[in-house]
Amino acid sequence: MKKYTDTGKKDTRSGFGAGLLEAGRKDPRVLALTADLKGSLKMDAFAAEFPDRFIQCGIAEANMVGAAAGLAISGKIPFIGSFAEFVTGRVYDQVRQAVAYGKANVKIASSHAGITLGEDGATHQTMEDIALMRALPGMVVINPCDFNQTKAATLAAAAWDGPVYLRFGRPGVPNFTPEDQEFIIGKALVMNEGADVTILATGHLVWESLLAAEQLEAEGISAEVLDIATIKPLDEQAILASVGKTGAVVIAEEHNSAGGLGEAVAGLLVREAPAPAEFINGGDRFGQTGTPSALMKAYGLDAEHIAEAARKAVGRK
Amino acid sequence: MTKNKEQLREISTQVRRDIVRMVSLAGCGHPGGSMSSAGILTELYFNQMKHDPATWTRDGKGQDVFILSAGHLTPVYYSILARTGYFPVSELATFRRFGARLQGHPSVQKGLPGVYQASGSLGQGLSVAAGLALAKKMDGAEERVYVLCGDGESEEGQIWEAGMFAVHYGLDNLIAMTDWNGQQIDGTVASVAGEGDLKAKWEAWDWNVIVADGHDFDAIAGAIAAAKANRGSGKPTMILFKTVMGYGVDFMAGTCKWHGKAPNAEQCAEALSQLGETPLGDF
Repeated sequence: MKKYTDTGKKDTRSGFGAGLLEAGRKDPRVLALTADLKGSLKMDAFAAEFPDRFIQCGIAEANMVGAAAGLAISGKIPFIGSFAEFVTGRVYDQVRQAVAYGKANVKIASSHAGITLGEDGATHQTMEDIALMRALPGMVVINPCDFNQTKAATLAAAAWDGPVYLRFGRPGVPNFTPEDQEFIIGKALVMNEGADVTILATGHLVWESLLAAEQLEAEGISAEVLDIATIKPLDEQAILASVGKTGAVVIAEEHNSAGGLGEAVAGLLVREAPAPAEFINGGDRFGQTGTPSALMKAYGLDAEHIAEAARKAVGRK
Repeated sequence: MTKNKEQLREISTQVRRDIVRMVSLAGCGHPGGSMSSAGILTELYFNQMKHDPATWTRDGKGQDVFILSAGHLTPVYYSILARTGYFPVSELATFRRFGARLQGHPSVQKGLPGVYQASGSLGQGLSVAAGLALAKKMDGAEERVYVLCGDGESEEGQIWEAGMFAVHYGLDNLIAMTDWNGQQIDGTVASVAGEGDLKAKWEAWDWNVIVADGHDFDAIAGAIAAAKANRGSGKPTMILFKTVMGYGVDFMAGTCKWHGKAPNAEQCAEALSQLGETPLGDF
């Protein structure tokens, strides 16, 4: 199987910061807005280079969403950044009316997503955001897997004409995809070819799935890993081609069971080509305080659990 | 070009006739606040705003922009847009019908000319207007952004978030107006939420605040002129227009009962008879 090299741990939010700066250099219409989380969102470099295009909104997320819609209607390309919970659940009605229904070209930069936010606990660990954003007509939902891919996805979001939800995280995680890659919205990436089982993973769980595939290979199970960086629109063709070949699937995400990638894929497979499926997700639970790695293990979101799910899926064929 | 008081009275009476007929035809809708704000929007669109339906684009380039934050006031909004030439007056008959561009609340989904943004879920329009005003500042544009809010709507927290933002960014090209009719669905604003003295509240928020009679065209024109003259102060303006919900028809006036209720055929006829026909003609 293909081997990936961890070139060093980096946080995906810094990939966003790097992408935002580059997008800002490419297009003067790109703006950055935040609700008192400039540093957390890694907007410092953008704000330093483009002080007139950085808009501090204070701790008032609802207004930030509306103001961004107004800026977008005027022809700007605003990125609004905050913690995932505060740019989704807290402002769902604003995102729904002013951005999605309002067809405003706003990019939602959603950091500290999932349980790997860690010690702050469940108030800040949203595991429901993908479901909320997926439910909005016309909303693009992207959850890249590492620093390099988040940077590329940020540039792709800036170039996309329409609302985008871009989800990334806080902890340092392996950076293993190519530098300066092109990110194509709506395209799944085959990370590793295999014959016995497909693992569809998004975000931080792509790396964990590659580790799982290595474990499985040692046992004689050939796993194909797809990076589903865009959850909506879903690359149905790539998923059906892979599951059609392997006949079994595991869907892995740092999100709760309701409304995430797992249910999106399940809906597709039930309609087109039913196959044994196993799900790796946070279930129907809130998070809690802990280190990111302890939480990933406790909630079953790591390579060991993915490998176990793959064995189960293969056994059900 | 500029309409005199007699013409404004005629237009606003026709707009109120449109409101009554649209809501009556649809069998639903929001006549109360539409009637109270008809004079304000007549003066704004016919005499005050720099706008041109022929060159209108949603990005608002080269034009003054208007956002209806109190999105349920579509009857007055659509009537004004039609009668200033954004779309045919006859289209008012499609209000709230399946497939219509004239959705129950403003929508950009079907590309209705003159409408910049969706609204209906209350409290959001002032933020959107602030974003539009900030963009005009960034672009060095001379045009202004106007927004109409309700007094009931001002119970929403987001209004006050936007109030802080507009001051922080010195949006003196933003002219907000509140239709201060004192009524909301469940009763008077005072009885429902005790909103209190809006003037004192906006002054505390450090806005340039003007209070005016929203049914007196001289007062409306004077208030908007004063708001325009405020450019350069670094402060946004809030004009609190004292109005009467349901203004123009005696049995609809001064009560929350007509906030969101359609007159039946008999009531419609009575309302139209009170308003009186105008040479502008019904749709």
